[in-house]
Amino acid sequence: MADTATEATSDVAVENDHHEPTPREYVQIAAALAVMTAMEFSTYFIDFGLLSTPLLLVLMAIKFVMIAGFFMHLKFDTRVFRQLMLLGLGGALTLYLAATLALHEFPAGTGLG
Amino acid sequence: MSAAVEETSMGIDNRKLGMWVFLGSEFMFFGAFITAYLLYLNTTAGGPDGEIFDIVYTSISSFVLLMSSLTMVLAHNAHVHGDMRRMRLWILATALQGLVFVGGQAYEFTKFVNEGLVPTGSPFASAFFVLTGFHGVHVTVGVILLLGLWSYSHTGKVKSDQPLKTEIIGLYWHFVDIIWVIIFVVVYLIPWG
Repeated sequence: MADTATEATSDVAVENDHHEPTPREYVQIAAALAVMTAMEFSTYFIDFGLLSTPLLLVLMAIKFVMIAGFFMHLKFDTRVFRQLMLLGLGGALTLYLAATLALHEFPAGTGLG
Repeated sequence: MSAAVEETSMGIDNRKLGMWVFLGSEFMFFGAFITAYLLYLNTTAGGPDGEIFDIVYTSISSFVLLMSSLTMVLAHNAHVHGDMRRMRLWILATALQGLVFVGGQAYEFTKFVNEGLVPTGSPFASAFFVLTGFHGVHVTVGVILLLGLWSYSHTGKVKSDQPLKTEIIGLYWHFVDIIWVIIFVVVYLIPWG
């Protein structure tokens, strides 16, 4: 009984995987992530001025979405998992905003302090 | 005796749902530590600040952890296709990269302590060590899970028709990677000063 149920679950997992990337596509995604990491790294040596922080945050967000979407399968999986992740992220951001607004402690360089 | 897997009204496996609920809470867990780090950025008590970070070294560590996500997803893909030999190979590669990352972090911490950045030295140092240290603990737990999976696949407790087990551990591993993507930028790269 247990084995049958487990197999049924496995079948569902295999079925879901039909739309997922191939190993070659996974390598291409990883290569894109590596290039973005190199771009992040370059900001340490190249002075982008005021663009530096926004550029880093945008690259970070793209990498985040790519890992969550392709490697964690959120792009192909049920929406419930995406909602759970967004709930956690929303909680974390709310906590950050609440703490910074309550204490008026904004990181230097943001111009908000 | 294996636990029975119940049918669910949502058609979602409870184990995978449980992992996602856990990961959702983990985002808030790390969110709290990142918040604390940002709040204490300027409280160095005369000790070292972010200038002490070795960006080249940390970038290499970050690259290793990023590539471990690739080997993890390849392990899952191999398991989905019933190729257990390849799955084990990729799992070992992932665990090895995790160990390289943790080893690198241990070296980095030792170097920082020798240079005066000690966990009890200032609120900034405490926040830094707690945030990155907890991440390191998560990577270590991930390596243990990976080695357990590798071992169980040999003894037959993880079979070729159970790729969900690899997927669930993979979710945890990718989460650890995704958190480092944030830490790498927020802690090491953004010039807050």
